Amino acid sequence: MKFGVVVFPGSNCDYDTYHVLNNVMGVPTSFIWHKDTVLSDYDLIVLPGGFSYGDYLRSGAIARFSPVMNAVKEYSEKGGLVLGICNGFQVLLESGLLKGAMLRNRNLHFICKHVYIKVRNINTPFTNALKEGQVLRIPIAHADGNYFASEEDLKNIGANNQIVFQYSDNNGKINDSVNPNGSLLNIAAIINENGNVLGMMPHPERASEKILGSTDGKYIFKSIINYLKNRR
Amino acid sequence: MGFENLDKILEEHNLTKSEYERIVEILGREPNITELGVFSVMWSEHCSYKSSRIHLKKLPTKGKRVVQGPGENAGVVDIGDGYVAVFKIESHNHPSFIEPYQGAATGVGGILRDIFTMGARPVAVMDSLRFGSLEKPLNRQIFKGVVAGISGYGNSVGVPTVGGETCFDDSFTYNPLVNVFCLGITKKDKVFYARAKHVGAKVFYAGAKTGRDGIHGATMASAEFDDSLEEKRPNVQVGDPFKEKLLIEACLEAMDKGVVSSIQDMGAAGLTSSSVEMADRGGKGIEIDVSKVPQREEGMTPYEILLSESQERMLIVAEPGRENELKKIFNKWDLDIVEIGQITDSGKFVVREKEKIVAEIPVSSLTSSAPKYDRPYLNIVKSREKEIDNNDYIGKFSIEKIINGFLDDPNIGKKNWVFEQYDHMVQTNTVVYPGRGAAVIRIKGTDKFLTMTVDGNPDYVYLNPYEGTKRIVAESYLNISVTGAEPVGATNCLNFGNPEKPEIMGEFKYAVEGMGDASKFFEIPITGGNVSFYNETNGAAIKPTPVYGLVGIVEGEDNIITSNFKDEGDLIYLVGNLKPDFSGSFYLKKYYKRVEGVLKKTPLEIVKKVGTFLRENVKLIKAANDVSQGGVFVSLLDFITDRFGYFLQIPEVFSPELFLFGETAGMVIVSISSENQYNFEKKLREFSLDFRKIGAVVSESIKIEMLNKIIYVSSLKSFIKRYENAIPKRMEV
Amino acid sequence: MKAKITVKLKDIVLDPQGNTILHSLNEMGYEKITKVRQGKVFFVELEETSKEKARALLKEIAHKVLSNPVIETYEVEIIG
Repeated sequence: MKFGVVVFPGSNCDYDTYHVLNNVMGVPTSFIWHKDTVLSDYDLIVLPGGFSYGDYLRSGAIARFSPVMNAVKEYSEKGGLVLGICNGFQVLLESGLLKGAMLRNRNLHFICKHVYIKVRNINTPFTNALKEGQVLRIPIAHADGNYFASEEDLKNIGANNQIVFQYSDNNGKINDSVNPNGSLLNIAAIINENGNVLGMMPHPERASEKILGSTDGKYIFKSIINYLKNRR
Repeated sequence: MGFENLDKILEEHNLTKSEYERIVEILGREPNITELGVFSVMWSEHCSYKSSRIHLKKLPTKGKRVVQGPGENAGVVDIGDGYVAVFKIESHNHPSFIEPYQGAATGVGGILRDIFTMGARPVAVMDSLRFGSLEKPLNRQIFKGVVAGISGYGNSVGVPTVGGETCFDDSFTYNPLVNVFCLGITKKDKVFYARAKHVGAKVFYAGAKTGRDGIHGATMASAEFDDSLEEKRPNVQVGDPFKEKLLIEACLEAMDKGVVSSIQDMGAAGLTSSSVEMADRGGKGIEIDVSKVPQREEGMTPYEILLSESQERMLIVAEPGRENELKKIFNKWDLDIVEIGQITDSGKFVVREKEKIVAEIPVSSLTSSAPKYDRPYLNIVKSREKEIDNNDYIGKFSIEKIINGFLDDPNIGKKNWVFEQYDHMVQTNTVVYPGRGAAVIRIKGTDKFLTMTVDGNPDYVYLNPYEGTKRIVAESYLNISVTGAEPVGATNCLNFGNPEKPEIMGEFKYAVEGMGDASKFFEIPITGGNVSFYNETNGAAIKPTPVYGLVGIVEGEDNIITSNFKDEGDLIYLVGNLKPDFSGSFYLKKYYKRVEGVLKKTPLEIVKKVGTFLRENVKLIKAANDVSQGGVFVSLLDFITDRFGYFLQIPEVFSPELFLFGETAGMVIVSISSENQYNFEKKLREFSLDFRKIGAVVSESIKIEMLNKIIYVSSLKSFIKRYENAIPKRMEV
Repeated sequence: MKAKITVKLKDIVLDPQGNTILHSLNEMGYEKITKVRQGKVFFVELEETSKEKARALLKEIAHKVLSNPVIETYEVEIIG
C-alpha cells in the first residue's frame, strides 16, 4: 500500500498529512509535486489543505490547472481513491470532480476551531470504520467553507447519498446553530457519484493523535486502509 | 556639490545638523542624495538604536543555552538533543495604525523572515496587541483590521498563531501596538548567519520585485505622528503571503543543500540595511548594482531602489561554486533570483548603477559607529506613585455587578473572536490552544515541548517603570512555570514614546533596568528584541509598554501542567505571595477610573520558589495558572471548562473585592486531587511557601461564598456566555 | 488592447460580504442604499487587434479561470 500527498505551491497541510499517514497510520507515503503526472503507484491521492497559489483568485481556482490535476482526474476515473481536505476539497470543486462551490464563510472570518460532524453515509471507502450516525470531533480551519450547490445538484447529491458528513452538535443534532460557516444543509463533506472521491472541509490529520486532543480523524484513515486491504 | 536647501532635506530625512556634519566628516566630502538616504535610514532610531543602545547593554544576554545572542536576525537557544529554538519579537506599530490590515500582515511576514533566515522553520507565532477602547469606532476598525491582517498572512503561510495577548486602553487609540513574536526550530549545526564570509562570493537578490512601497518606513517608525496621516499612506507596504510561503520553502531547501553561504532578509531599510549588515557582520565590503535589481515600477532611481521596503525579498550570498544550484532551487519554487553584486574586502558599501558609482560609504560608519545618544532622563516614579488604602475602594459596587462588568470587558472577556480567526493548529504541534495561559507546542520526533508567552502591563510600568517591568518578568516566569516548564530564554519588544523627552527616556531607562535585574535573577538570557520609540500622536505618548516574550521547555508529556479543571471535587489552592493589592490594578482602573497606588517590591525569591515548586511537583498538580491582571477572579477564568466551574470560600481576612480582584506578583492558583491534600501541603511547607485552600471544583456552576453567605452564584452556562460575548457583541453588529 | 472583466456572484447566491457592506452603509446613514453585491474587476491588457477575437479570448478566460460558473457570472468590456 502506498499513499501520495500532492504539494501545490502554497499547500501548508502537506507535511501534517504526510506525518499522519506515514508515521501515525504507518502507510508508506510520498509527496507528489504539482508538476508530476504519474500517479499509478499510489493507492490514495490526498489533496491537502493550504492556500494553493495564495487562493488569490478563488480558493483552489488556479491549482485546478496544475499538471497533476489532469492526472488526478484520470486516476479517479479509473476508480482510484482521492481525498481532498479543506483547500483540497476546494480544488476538487473547482476542477469539477465534485459538484458545488465554496463561498466565503457567512461571518466573513477565517474560522479555526473544533466542530462536531455526523457521518451520513458509512458505505464509502472513507467511512466504513464508522458506526451509523457516529459523531466526530474534528477541527475546521478555513475562510471559504460555505458550501453552495444549485438546487438540482443539491437534490441529486442528497438522493444519491453523496452527503458524507454534516456539521452537528455533540449529540448529532443538525441545525443552523451548529453550522459554522453557512453551508447548505450543514454540508461538511461530499463524495462523487462513483464513491471514490471525497472532499471534506474538516481536517482529519489534525485529529489523529491523542496529544492534539482528538483521535477521531483516524476513523477516516482507518476506513481507507480497511477498504484497500479488502479490495486486494 | 552640496544641497541647495539643506535644512529642508535634513528634515525630510530626520537627520540633525550635527549628524550631517558627521556624515561629511566620514566621507571627507558632501554626500549625494542617494548616500544621504542611506545614512538617514541606517542612522534612524529604528535601525541604529541610537537612543537605546547604551541602556540595552544592561540586559543579560549570556547563558549556558545561548548559541546566539543579540546582533543577528534572531536569538538562538539550545534546547538539547541537537535542537535549537530561534525566536524574536518585532513591532509593527506605526504601519498598523496607518493601514491596519497590511501593517499587521507585513509585521508577521517580517518576523517570519527573521526566523527562517537563520535556517529555522517557523513553528509558532504569538502577538501582543494593544488598542484603544472598543467603544470607539476607530479602535474597532483598527482592531478588526489588525486581527484580519495577522490571520490573512499567518494562516496562508501555514505557521500557527498559538497565543498572545490582546488588551484595550485609550492610551493606544492613535498608537496601537502590534508586536509579533515568532519561534522556529532547527538543528544546532544548521543555523545560518547573515555574515559575509568569502571575498568574491556572489550576492543574489531573491523573491518579490522592488517597488516604491515603504520608502522611508524606517524613518517613519522613528518619528511621531501628526495630522498629516493621509500623506504618509503611500509608505504602506503590501504583503504577499503566498510569495513568503514559497520563499520559506526555497530558502530552507537551499540552506539544507548547503548552497547558501550567508543570508539576510530585506526588512526595514530594505536592500540597504541587508547589504550593509551582511558585510558588517563578516567584516567585509559589498558591491551591488541597482540596475540588476528586479523592479516592479518604471523609472526607479537608485535612491528608491536602495530604500524601498517592498516585502518578501531576500539577499543571499551563494556558497562559491554552487550558484547554479541555488538558482535552480529558487526557479523550482517559481521565484525570481538574480545576481546583483559581490562581497569585497574594501570594507565599503559600494552601489553602482551599471558602470556609475552612485554611493560609496564605509560599512562601519553605518553600523557600529552610527551615532549613539545618552539622552537626558527623568525618574517619574515620585510624581506618579502615591500610597492608597485598599479599604477606600470596597463596598461601592455589588460583587455581582463587578463580576459581570469584568466578564463583559474586552480586556477580560474570552478572546475566541481573535484566536479563532488564526489558524492555531496548522503543523499539528499545538498542544495547549490559545486562551489557556502560555501556549505549548510539541517538537515532532522528540519528547520535548516548548511553552511560550508574551506579557506586558503598561499600567504597572506607567506607575513605576522599574518595579513594574520586574513584575512583568516575574509574571512571564510564572506563566511558563505553571505549564511545568523551565524558562530557557527571552526576547523583548520595548514600546515607548518620544525618547527625546526626558520623562519618556526615564520610563525607558528604568524599565530596561527592571527587566535586566529580574532576568538576571531568574538567570534568563535575553537573546534579542526590538525597540519601538515615538509611539506618540500630537504629543501624547502611549503608556510605556515593555513586552517580554519568554520561552520554556518541558521534557516529556507527563511533565506538562495545563490550566483547565479536570474533575469535580478537586481542591483549589492559592500559593505564593498572598498579598493582593489594588495598586495599578485593573479593578481600580475600571471601577474608579484611576491608575494609582504604589507597586510593592516584586518578591523575586518567592516567585522563583513558586516556579521551582511547580516544576518539582508536577505529579501532585492537576491544573495551575498564575495570578496577574484582574487578580484571582480573572486567573480562575482560565480553569473553567464547559463542564467545570468552582465554589470559592473567601478567607475572612480579605474583603471580597481585594481577594477577588486585588493583584500581586508571585501568586499562583493550583487545583489538586483531594487525596493528595496531605502530600501537597507537606511539600508546600517544605518549600516554606504560603498557601491557602480557597475552594473546590464543581459541576455546572460558579459560586462564591463569604462567611457562609453566598455573595455570587451563576450557572456555568450563562457565566461562560457572558465571558465569551464581550468582544463579539462589540464587533459583530 | 485593454479590457475590463467584471465577475460577480449570481443573484441566487448569498453574498455575505455584500450584505455586510449594505448593513454598514445603512448604519452610517446611507439609508437610500438598498442593495449591494460585491464582485471583482480584472483589468486586462492583451496583444490582439481584432475586437471580435479579443472578446472571444476574454470570454474564454473569464469562463474558464476568472469566474466559477457554479456561483458567478461575468461581463467582458473592451475599454481601449
